[in-house]
Amino acid sequence: MRSIWRTWDPELLRDVSAVAAGAAVSGASFGAISTGAGLAWWLPVVMSLLVFAGGSQFMAVGVITAGGSPAAAVLAGLLLNVRHLPFGLAVGDVLGKGLLQRLVGSHLLIDESTAFALAQSDPRKAKAAYWSCGIVVFISWNVAVVAGALIGQNIGDPNAFGLDAAFPAALLALLLPVLKDKTTRHAALLGAAIALAATPFLPAGVPVLFALGGLLITARQKVQA
Amino acid sequence: MTLTAVLVLAAGTYAFRLAGPLLRDRLELSDRIKLLMSTSATVLLFALVATATLTKGQGFAGLALPIGVLVGGVAAWRKAPFVVVVVLAAVTTAALRFVGLS
Repeated sequence: MRSIWRTWDPELLRDVSAVAAGAAVSGASFGAISTGAGLAWWLPVVMSLLVFAGGSQFMAVGVITAGGSPAAAVLAGLLLNVRHLPFGLAVGDVLGKGLLQRLVGSHLLIDESTAFALAQSDPRKAKAAYWSCGIVVFISWNVAVVAGALIGQNIGDPNAFGLDAAFPAALLALLLPVLKDKTTRHAALLGAAIALAATPFLPAGVPVLFALGGLLITARQKVQA
Repeated sequence: MTLTAVLVLAAGTYAFRLAGPLLRDRLELSDRIKLLMSTSATVLLFALVATATLTKGQGFAGLALPIGVLVGGVAAWRKAPFVVVVVLAAVTTAALRFVGLS
């Protein structure tokens, strides 16, 4: 573990902080929306600590608010989180070798930590980027959820501040170095087109999984080579 | 939302997360498969960018959001610092909404 802290450089921390700030605003809004929907203040807090996947948490609370059953809420949330399995297959090596590192590191597997790890070419830097992003976002997200749950409805709509643009822009910036590779770029573009085309017809979370169809491009190119 | 529902969602999500790193240990993977898995993570994240930028629920997200992300993306492409990219995207979208563009 010690080597991770040594490789934390100021630039990485600054980038991670930008993502964490966005997560904090989003977390505060999640806490406020949950208590506004009638949940006890501690329920969104426990949920954020144990689930730690913002999209699925908003989705689950949204299903309940719309009158859905707890089972429907869980199912909708889980559908959104299936993508973590391929994420873990891709960046599983950066967690570290020990069992404890595997168990704790897996809980920090989120879109942002995956993107931070993918953005690094050197494995040591990828490990530092993954862990620092995971830890800093975990802390800021959960502290903000507690604050939002206690303060309640007066937070306002975070999208008025353009928060919904910050998340995809951050991911896009992290992906740009990997997208320089032509095959990867073509697969990503085809995958995004499939996901967008599927969005009107499928439940949330599934269109993104369909994007894996974009990988067919890489298979074809390898056969040709 | 009940505590049971929260615990089931948490357990299922953690299982998805843990499965990747553990499977990676158990399986003897060729370099080609490793590359394919890394590409698949990029493809999934990029699809997430596309859907989070262009869609809201099952419809179109409106113009303010994609314009903001586009401005951030161009800044990133021109090698602007990461923080600038994120702030520029948010500020652009917020400003467009402020002047009444959805």
